[in-house]
Amino acid sequence: MRKKNYPIEKDDIVICFSGDSGDGMQLTGTLFSDTSVLDGNDIITFPDYPSEVRAPRGTVGGVSGFQVHIGDYKINTPGDYADIIVAMNPAALKVNTKLIKPDGIIIIDKDSFIEKNIKKAGYKKDIIKESGLENTKIIKVSATEMTKEALKNLGLDNKTVLMCRNMFALGMVCWLLNKSLDVSIDFINKKFLKKPLIAKANKIVLKAGYNYAETIEAVKPYHIKHAKLEKGTYRKIDGTIAASWGLIAASEKSGRELFLGSYPITPATGILQELAKRKDLGVKTFQAEDEIAAVCSVIGASFAGNLAVTSTSGPGLALKTEGTGLAVMAELPIVIINVQRGGPSTGLPTKTEQADLMQALYGRSGEAPLVVIAASTPSNCFNFAFEACKIALERMVPVILMLDGYLVHGSEPWKIPDMSDLPEIYPPIVKQGTENYMPYKRDKKTLVRGWAIPGTKGLEHIIGGLEKNEQGDVSYDPDNHQKMCELRAEKVKRVENYIPELKIEGDKSGDLLVVGWGGTYGHLYTSVRELREQGKSIGLAHFNYINPLPKNTEDVFSKFKKIIVCELNLGQFVDYLKSKFPKFDYRQYNKIQGLPFTVIELKNSFNKILEE
Amino acid sequence: MLENKNELTPKDFKPKKEVKWCPGCGNHMILFAVQKALAEIGYEHETSVCISGIGCSSRFPYYMNTYGFHTIHGRAGVVASGVKIANPELSVWQFTGDGDALAIGGNHFIHEIRRNMDINIVLFNNQIYALTKGQYSPTSPKGKISVTSPFGTIERPFRIGGLVIGARGSFFARSIDNNIKLSTEVFKEAAEHDGASLVEVLQNCITFNDGAYNDLIDKEHKADRQLILHDGEPMIYGKDNDKGIILENGRLKVVKIGENGITKDDILIHNPNHGYAGLHLMLVNMGPPEYPVSFGVIRNVKMDTYANDLEAQIKDVQSKSKIKCMYDLLHSGKTWKI
Repeated sequence: MRKKNYPIEKDDIVICFSGDSGDGMQLTGTLFSDTSVLDGNDIITFPDYPSEVRAPRGTVGGVSGFQVHIGDYKINTPGDYADIIVAMNPAALKVNTKLIKPDGIIIIDKDSFIEKNIKKAGYKKDIIKESGLENTKIIKVSATEMTKEALKNLGLDNKTVLMCRNMFALGMVCWLLNKSLDVSIDFINKKFLKKPLIAKANKIVLKAGYNYAETIEAVKPYHIKHAKLEKGTYRKIDGTIAASWGLIAASEKSGRELFLGSYPITPATGILQELAKRKDLGVKTFQAEDEIAAVCSVIGASFAGNLAVTSTSGPGLALKTEGTGLAVMAELPIVIINVQRGGPSTGLPTKTEQADLMQALYGRSGEAPLVVIAASTPSNCFNFAFEACKIALERMVPVILMLDGYLVHGSEPWKIPDMSDLPEIYPPIVKQGTENYMPYKRDKKTLVRGWAIPGTKGLEHIIGGLEKNEQGDVSYDPDNHQKMCELRAEKVKRVENYIPELKIEGDKSGDLLVVGWGGTYGHLYTSVRELREQGKSIGLAHFNYINPLPKNTEDVFSKFKKIIVCELNLGQFVDYLKSKFPKFDYRQYNKIQGLPFTVIELKNSFNKILEE
Repeated sequence: MLENKNELTPKDFKPKKEVKWCPGCGNHMILFAVQKALAEIGYEHETSVCISGIGCSSRFPYYMNTYGFHTIHGRAGVVASGVKIANPELSVWQFTGDGDALAIGGNHFIHEIRRNMDINIVLFNNQIYALTKGQYSPTSPKGKISVTSPFGTIERPFRIGGLVIGARGSFFARSIDNNIKLSTEVFKEAAEHDGASLVEVLQNCITFNDGAYNDLIDKEHKADRQLILHDGEPMIYGKDNDKGIILENGRLKVVKIGENGITKDDILIHNPNHGYAGLHLMLVNMGPPEYPVSFGVIRNVKMDTYANDLEAQIKDVQSKSKIKCMYDLLHSGKTWKI
């Protein structure tokens, strides 16, 4: 079948599936991504969907997209521009007009490009001209009609038939990328196990799309070789599952039961949903009545000896402020996962941003220092969720783990870790029989207090939000308050003795140091790599540990002539760095559009500085 | 029934700390009754946990020598819920007030009751904010003059029992600070009840709301104004034990035994265990001038508790799932080798 069409070899390809939020684009993108990873490619995915469950059909606001970048090398970003766009309706085309590469291909379902939909999308008449796509290769496919035709003998109602339309697009793209349909067929069989007719319909349409693509004269299939990844067993993982599983792994390693108290909030809800499934591993999830209850239930569970975690997003973190202060004061180990979204207020709930950093660092009453760390790729959400638990449990301190919408929704292949390779976790639990237990007596080196867990005979004590002395008694003594504030701050600072040093990627010294933190790693890394390939003197210092900062930060900064701090906000990390290391001159690149960086914009900005 | 295995006395639950409530505050009597109840039941110190929020009543855990946590305003119920879910073996007590539980903590309060968390909640109702020095509370009577309502409040007060029953609560009892015997009795029943047990204790704040319950406790009228309910006994009260409650045309009615042909047999028999909440709601809402105020265990119904259901669900899922450890989870679903 493929004989006639020798595929064109490519290193990488970016595909964007786009349609109405009811068109099944997220599923289509996911199935194509699964197909690609199982075929040996590396990938990064970028789902982008509206906050309305069903925005008015056919409008620009209701467009749901799924972008995937596949390649035969280590892929770090979902790609700035797409080689192939599938647009199921005029609104989807309009939203993605700027995304297409000059030599890219746009596939449209011409049956949905009727006058009503064209107007709804905000076009006047000639969509191609009005979009400036006169020179772009556009394949007009009668996907709706062909789907109807393929299913005419099955006796299905019109709505069910139209639900299968996304499989036509998937079939076409599978042919275009020289991929087999096995993964999709397997999925359909399992999903519709009890509805064999629906399964049959989806498979018919999938194959119809595949076969139809082969007949299009204007296109040839592409082929992307296996990516050269490290040996091991792999699975595809997104940031949500990675973070959730990192918590369970920490629970297993520490021997503490995992308790998640959480309130649903986009884009953090996935963590609550994922952990709710894990009763088989003894995970207790508590869907609280609000964000405040979520963090306070976690404080109670921590007091009672659990590994206690809450997950939220910016507005929820704001509501947890007071409770978090209590955990700081009581010196209980809790982990707060903050999945950042566009703010302030309700903001852009489904879009990504990095604007909660100051809130995480300082957003509490009084002197309330805690540990702040950030994951930087979808899969390393596992490692940093584990790390957050380890630091919290061993240091008896609240830890905020910063993720973002881009990280939790993004997915990539992941080499499954060996549980024995993960570090052990040793919480400072006070043993029964310990004499003269004092709740706030500290380890001399780490300043960590002992954790006496209710149920342990002889260690009965009371803690609380009031200032106390070493014995745990309430104290309003002025000197004691100063001492305790300083001790709590110093305890957090001493975590710097545990965390790894800051790594420089690329040139170890030179003209320009690019600085970033959290979810922007892939884009920053790719930009720096590409500029180095062009012979530029440039390095990347990407932060996962924010409070405390790695001990060698100042040393790293002093090795470069210029420093640029890149963030998806108006400059929060740079202000923090200025307060810690005021002697350096910091440039900034800030973007706050609810979108990740593009490699192109970063490279342009770095080039400008390098050319000064 | 739990038995007093260890022959404890109230002193066993008394720490060596100075109690810092005002002299003459009703809290002292409630503290004693709780210590007495715990001793009589025979609780272990190490498995009892006292959680409180903010307010005068919330200083309570400092005066117990169990595990304790003095948390933040309004949130004691959720901290207590976290403790109970994390370790269902613990006996969890929550000490709270009308401001703490019903104003700032109102949302948590109804959900804690709705979930039937197995927590013994002692709610000190003094109808005032005392720790912040005398502002009106959600239970202050309409017209109450306070520092934040110098011309009288225009708000209607909550009736706590009504809230509990509205939130589908399984246990509600009422006592009054100066009746240590009754308080001890209802605390013991609350402790033995599986689920959220709410005990409202009418408490006199000697400094900011002195005499709020004088009408109920003054020696001359006390017997005519308090109806102490006991399981299986007729609802009879009064100085001469001749007043009773009957149900007439769907409403409660106060009657006098011996008048209009009413005999003792006509009087309602109290059944706190009945699942139907209608009569319980009428009883908790009774009050002057028409009715006496009801005391004792008014509602005590068996219902599933959150922590028990959670444990059962975990066991059930574990028995069916192939995933037994993190390794199994990591290797579940689609994986491939390179």
